[in-house]
Amino acid sequence: MSALHAFLAMGGYAIYVWPAYAVFFIVLIADTIAPGLRRRRVLRDLRARMARQTHRQQRSRTEHAANNPTVTSSSP
Amino acid sequence: MSTWIPLWLHKLSSPPTFYRFAGTLRPWAMALAMVFGVIALYGGLVLAPADYQQGDAYRIIFIHVPCAWMSMFVYAVMGVSALIALVWRIKLAEVVAMESAPIGAAFTFITLVTGSLWGKPMWGTWWTWDARLTSELVLLFLYLGVIGLYHSFEDRRQGARAAAFLALIGIINVPIVHFSVNWWNTLHQGSTVKLFGPSKIAWDMLWPLLAMTLATKFYYVASLFHRARTDLLALESGKDWVRQIAESEARP
Repeated sequence: MSALHAFLAMGGYAIYVWPAYAVFFIVLIADTIAPGLRRRRVLRDLRARMARQTHRQQRSRTEHAANNPTVTSSSP
Repeated sequence: MSTWIPLWLHKLSSPPTFYRFAGTLRPWAMALAMVFGVIALYGGLVLAPADYQQGDAYRIIFIHVPCAWMSMFVYAVMGVSALIALVWRIKLAEVVAMESAPIGAAFTFITLVTGSLWGKPMWGTWWTWDARLTSELVLLFLYLGVIGLYHSFEDRRQGARAAAFLALIGIINVPIVHFSVNWWNTLHQGSTVKLFGPSKIAWDMLWPLLAMTLATKFYYVASLFHRARTDLLALESGKDWVRQIAESEARP
């Protein structure tokens, strides 16, 4: 039996040792990835809100100008 | 703010300052966690000899024990921040307390699963309702309770205060977990590594364990900083500094 085989066999306890290490890594990798995904979502939502806000401001400005022609065309 | 609190600490608790501070330190903490983690894995899985009674099954110790220590350490940090959050209403303390909970839950979950995988070959059972195992399971439920309570409120800061209160009451469970092996007759073995007095473990096995302990500590710092930064962005999303970050990251 090669050294690698002996290492992977873990003296017959491979079915207990390797799943334990797998759980350790899977849980911690998930814990590392999760905040990055949330961060992207938070910033995307904020950008959408900011875009809506500027859009609304522009529309209210143009509506205001359309309803009050004298105000905007007051130049001689 | 009281005068005995240093000015730099006061400044650091301001969200934009902490955001930048944590962003600078996080990669270093993660790198140290990786380095110590790889050293610990090599030392524990390859260099350390097999145990004379347990054979190679004991190698689960190199993740089980550091994660168990972290499950209590993170709870202590969460409890202290919860107290600060309740007394002084510092936003950063709320964030640290609430963002510690998922990391602590992750470590507690790993502790329970790896312990179960270790218990089957050594004790002959996956699970038993003994003092150490039960109190550790209660710790997991406390973490989940804090997370659940925090998210059940419409107002995040109100939720944080309610959850901080639960975290503070639950801290009573931490010494129970620690001393359970002395107070009750239990299947779980006592402490092998002691802060005071000689440890009952060979040096070849001890140093990978300590290296993994350092790795998990650095990992916690890195994960907490990442989570706290994200939470600050969400909490302060109306503020200018967050809008600037959102705009600057819109065009890559």
